[in-house]
Amino acid sequence: MVVKLGVPSKGRLMDKTFEWFAERGVTLSRAGTEREYSGAVEGIAGVELVLLSASEIPRELAAGRIHLGVTGSDLVRDKLAAWDSKVSELASMGFGHADLIIAVPKCWVDVDTLDDLDAAASAFRARHGFRLRIATKYHHLVREFLKANGVADYQLVDSQGATEGTVKNLTAEAIADITSTGETLRANHLKILNCDPVHRSQATLFKSRMAHWTDETRATLSELTETMGLGD
Amino acid sequence: MPRSDIPKAAVKAEAARLKAFFEASGAQPVEMDILLPAEVLLDLYGEDIRARAYVTHDPERGEMMLRPDFTVPVVQEHMTNGAEPARYTYAGEVFRKQEDMPSRANEYFQVGYEVFDGSDPAAADAEVFARFAEVLAGSGLHAATGDIGILKAAVAGLKTTERRRAALLRHIWRPRRFRALMTRFSEAGTALRHQNLDRVRANLRDAEAPFIGLRTQTEIDARVKALEEDASEPPISAGEIELLDDILSLKETLPHVLSQLRDIAVDLPAISEAVSLLGRRSDALAARGVDVEHLDFEASYGRTSMEYYDGFVFGFYAEGRPDLPPVATGGRYDALTAVLGQGRSIPAVGGVIRPNVLLSLKGGA
Repeated sequence: MVVKLGVPSKGRLMDKTFEWFAERGVTLSRAGTEREYSGAVEGIAGVELVLLSASEIPRELAAGRIHLGVTGSDLVRDKLAAWDSKVSELASMGFGHADLIIAVPKCWVDVDTLDDLDAAASAFRARHGFRLRIATKYHHLVREFLKANGVADYQLVDSQGATEGTVKNLTAEAIADITSTGETLRANHLKILNCDPVHRSQATLFKSRMAHWTDETRATLSELTETMGLGD
Repeated sequence: MPRSDIPKAAVKAEAARLKAFFEASGAQPVEMDILLPAEVLLDLYGEDIRARAYVTHDPERGEMMLRPDFTVPVVQEHMTNGAEPARYTYAGEVFRKQEDMPSRANEYFQVGYEVFDGSDPAAADAEVFARFAEVLAGSGLHAATGDIGILKAAVAGLKTTERRRAALLRHIWRPRRFRALMTRFSEAGTALRHQNLDRVRANLRDAEAPFIGLRTQTEIDARVKALEEDASEPPISAGEIELLDDILSLKETLPHVLSQLRDIAVDLPAISEAVSLLGRRSDALAARGVDVEHLDFEASYGRTSMEYYDGFVFGFYAEGRPDLPPVATGGRYDALTAVLGQGRSIPAVGGVIRPNVLLSLKGGA
């Protein structure tokens, strides 16, 4: 039985993942043409490369259909309930850095902290008759964060893209989104709240706790971690 | 609730037995819809309920929710069609997502008993607790009690601005933020309050951002003014902060707590009425045969369970089984009826039993 390794199937994340493995003595490559989603692994026997969309990798790990997978730590924490009972982190890979942050209109001169946001939400609800809306696609992470910090009188509204535009379009009062540079925020007249990010994300190599691990695949995993110096 | 091996038929029979007990005590049986309009529940409980309840969509009626609890529909039914005094009992399934505890059931039975009777709140509180204690007797359960009304009265009586009291009252159910606010309004928070104001003034100076969003300039100006006023207000006195801390840390048997609260009430007369209600409740409990001398009371109990419990709160737990949810919980929720009644409020107290947890104890599971 082989160890199935799920890796993002395109773009920078795939290239950086290939580089990261290569630096550690394992060569991953796409088989055949650019369009074919299968690959090859050299430097270790018994590992099969599975190319997937990065957003599907958490689900595949949780279902145990892949043994190992590379994806953003934000996606795993947001998409999987009780994530650490389903997967464990083998290595933080040092790229794909992005912070999940909360941002409000820059014209809100009175709001810079979670304290301020909470007070603004209270007054907003009293005046407008509904809860202050925060647009995001990271519902679980944002809700847990705001709960832990005791923020009330808000609601999350789903936004799967162009989240920074929701405030101007009057479909939300604030946003929670991934940002690496903050330029899009500035262009949309938003500012980041002055607190720790909801989550600091980076590309991470995960091991599935749900996959079927045999003596053979376990041995392959130890060989892999040893070859790559992951110290598992 | 553990996903137990107890057959659903057995749980349903146990629920029927408990419901029959409440009926025999004079409660009127009621049935509630399983599919409820989501709007009211979402407005009441916010994101907490969205994380825990199943929301679905109906083309005619919009967002609908699988019944996450009975309290809201029972209150609505009573406010529309009922008349005081009224006592209701019900049994049926509730549905909860268990994101953080996937081993707990997503669908389980609740049996409830709710009393709408404003004639004597202490007696109504005692009646509900005593009925639960009676029907649960012999299962080796431990009872916990508290009273959010004491803390509310203490906050409402603080010698400070209305705005600060309102901010603290709003966060009674969020202990961490409550604590942060207490610090900010105290002597220790004076520097922080001035820093906040300086920060806002600096923002005002270099503000060149265009105005966007639904939150109006008037709202922003009002908050700036509030921060200015708050910065120049004297802090809440160290003595009052200490009294609040004393109340929050009370955890003893009921008679001991009562005597300590009577001492505190000398310095904080605002709680006198709430303490006297606690005394009357204690007498009413004793009159109903509850062993008050050994009844545990914790002033902070129930602060994190349900936002709208605002008076007496209680729970029954299986001792030595922290893995199990409480077998029963309940309390007074006048505040909930006030929100649902949009101005009209009805004194209400009640609770629920989880029959499958009760059965899992009886079976030694």
